[in-house]
Amino acid sequence: MSAFPAGTKIMQAPAVKTEAAIALPNGASVLPLGLSKRKQASSWLATRTRAFAASVIPPLVVIALTLIIWEILCRRAGAALPPPSRVLKETWELIVDPFFDRGGIDRGLFWHLSASLQRVALGYALAATVGIALGTLVGQSVWAMRGLDPLFQVLRTVPPLAWLPLSLAAFRDGQPSAIFVIFITAIWPIIINTAVGIRNIPQDYRNVAAVLRLNHLEFFWKIMIPAAAPYIFTGLRIGIGLSWLAIVAAEMLIGGVGIGFFIWDAWNSSHISEIILALLYVGLTGFVLDRIVAGIAHIVTRGTTAN
Amino acid sequence: MTPYLKIDHIDKSFTRGAFTTDVLRDVSLNVEQGEFVSIIGHSGCGKTTLLNIVAGLVPITQGAVLLENREVNGPGPDRAVVFQNHSLLPWLTVYDNVRLAVDKISAGTRSRSDRHQWTMHNLELVQMAHAKDKRPAEISGGMKQRVGLARALAMEPKVLLLDEPFGALDALTRAHLQDSVMAIHQKLGNTVLMITHDVDEATLLSDRIVMMTNGPSAHIGEVLEVPLPRPRRRLELAANQTYLKCRQRVLEFLYERHSFVEAA
Repeated sequence: MSAFPAGTKIMQAPAVKTEAAIALPNGASVLPLGLSKRKQASSWLATRTRAFAASVIPPLVVIALTLIIWEILCRRAGAALPPPSRVLKETWELIVDPFFDRGGIDRGLFWHLSASLQRVALGYALAATVGIALGTLVGQSVWAMRGLDPLFQVLRTVPPLAWLPLSLAAFRDGQPSAIFVIFITAIWPIIINTAVGIRNIPQDYRNVAAVLRLNHLEFFWKIMIPAAAPYIFTGLRIGIGLSWLAIVAAEMLIGGVGIGFFIWDAWNSSHISEIILALLYVGLTGFVLDRIVAGIAHIVTRGTTAN
Repeated sequence: MTPYLKIDHIDKSFTRGAFTTDVLRDVSLNVEQGEFVSIIGHSGCGKTTLLNIVAGLVPITQGAVLLENREVNGPGPDRAVVFQNHSLLPWLTVYDNVRLAVDKISAGTRSRSDRHQWTMHNLELVQMAHAKDKRPAEISGGMKQRVGLARALAMEPKVLLLDEPFGALDALTRAHLQDSVMAIHQKLGNTVLMITHDVDEATLLSDRIVMMTNGPSAHIGEVLEVPLPRPRRRLELAANQTYLKCRQRVLEFLYERHSFVEAA
C-alpha cells in the first residue's frame, strides 16, 4: 500500500532536477565542479604520497646511515672486513648474473638458493603434514598427550644440527639428511601449537557437531581445522623460520649445492664479500618465506578469530 | 496414549573426585506434540542440565528420556538446540552455517537445489535472508540468535530445544524475537521446550510453565497451565486477567516459596 506514494515521489524528483539544471548558466555550474574535483584528486595524491613517504623514508635513512658507518669503519687500512663499496665491486658479477652454471658447485646464487628452498619445501611440507596430524592427536586424546608430551618436550630442545650426524648415519646421504633436519626442526612448534588450538576449541562448537551428528572426518575438516587454524598457523610460521635457520647450518656441513655451502665455500676461499652478499640473500629469502606463510594465514583464518 | 516426549524419573549427579553433587532428583515431565513448554527457575537449579539431558549432550545418572516411545541416548538433529550464546561457527557465513545443518540432515535425500531452497526458506522464516553472505561477527546479537534458530528449524526437529535463547539480548530485541518465535510456532506447530529465567517470557510464550525448585537436588515444584488463546498479542495481554494471574503465580513460586539463596 505504501509503495505507490513512494513511487510517485521518485518520479517527481528527476523532473525537478532537470528544471534546476536548465535554469543555471552552463559555465557557472561546470567550472567550480571541475576545479573542486581536481583539488580533491590532488589532495588524495598528496595524502597517498605522504603515507608512502612516512613508511619508506625511515628505513631508507637507517640503511643509508648503516652503510655510511660501515664504510667509514672498514675503509681504514688493516680492517678485517670489506666496506660496502668493495663488497659491491667484488660481487658485482654474482649480482648481475645469478643464473650462470659452470657445473659442480660453481653456479649462480639463484641455483644455490633454489636448491636450499627445495630442501626446505620438502622438509617443511613433511613437518606440516605430520605436525598437524600429531598435534591433532595430542590435542584430542588425553592418553596420547600423556604419552607423547614428555617425549616432545625433551626432543624439541635438541638443537637442529645435533640431529645431523644421526640422520647421516641413518640415511647415508646428504640430501635426505638435510631434509630430515628441516623436518625435525620445524615439526615441534607445529605439533605444540596445533595441540593447543585443538584443546581450545569451545565446547559450543563440539555441542553443535554433536547435535548435527558430524562424523570424525567431518568434525576434523569442518570444525577442528578452522577452529584451530589461528593456532596452527602460528606454529607454521615459527616452523618456516626455524627451517630456514636450520638449512643454512646443515648445508655448511653436508656440502653440495645450496646457499649454506656457498657461504662455507666462500669462507674457505676467503671471499668475504661473497659471504656478505649471501647473508643478505638469506635474510631476504627468510623474510619472504615468513610473509608468504603469514599471507596464507591471513586469507585462511579470515573471520575465525573475530567472534 | 503415551506422551510425545516423556522425561521419566530423571536423577542427575556430577561426580568430581570423592564429591558427588546431586543436581536433579526425580524429574518427570510429559510434553505433547505441538506443545510449548517453558522451564523456569533460579540460576543454578539445573534447568540447563535438564535441557542438555533431553538434547543428549549430558548423560543421565538414572531414569530415561523417551521421544515417541524411543529412548534417547545421545545428541541428534531430531532434538535441535538453540544455544544460549548462538554457537554459530565464525568462519562460515550465515548461509553456510544453516547450510551445514541442511547438508548433514538431508544428505542423500534432497538434491543440491532443494537443499539450497530449504536453507533459504529457513533463513526467510527468521527474516535473515538479507544477511546470508555475512559472517557472524558482522551481525548483531539478535540476528545471530535468529540464525541459530534458523539452523535448528532447518533440522526439522521433533522437539525444538531453546536454552535461554534471548537471555543475552536487550529488552527490545528480545521482545521482537519472542514475537518471531511465537509466529513460527503458530505456523509450524513445533514441539518446543524452552529454558528461561524471565517470567514474562515464560507466560507469554508457553502453554505450560514448569517451575523448578532450587538446587541441589532440584525437582519440579509446580506446573502451571497458561490457558490463553493463540495467537497472543503482547499489548493486549498486558491487561488480560488470565495473563496477570498466571504471571502472579510464577512470581509467587519464584520469590516467596522458593526464593533464591545466594549462598547455596
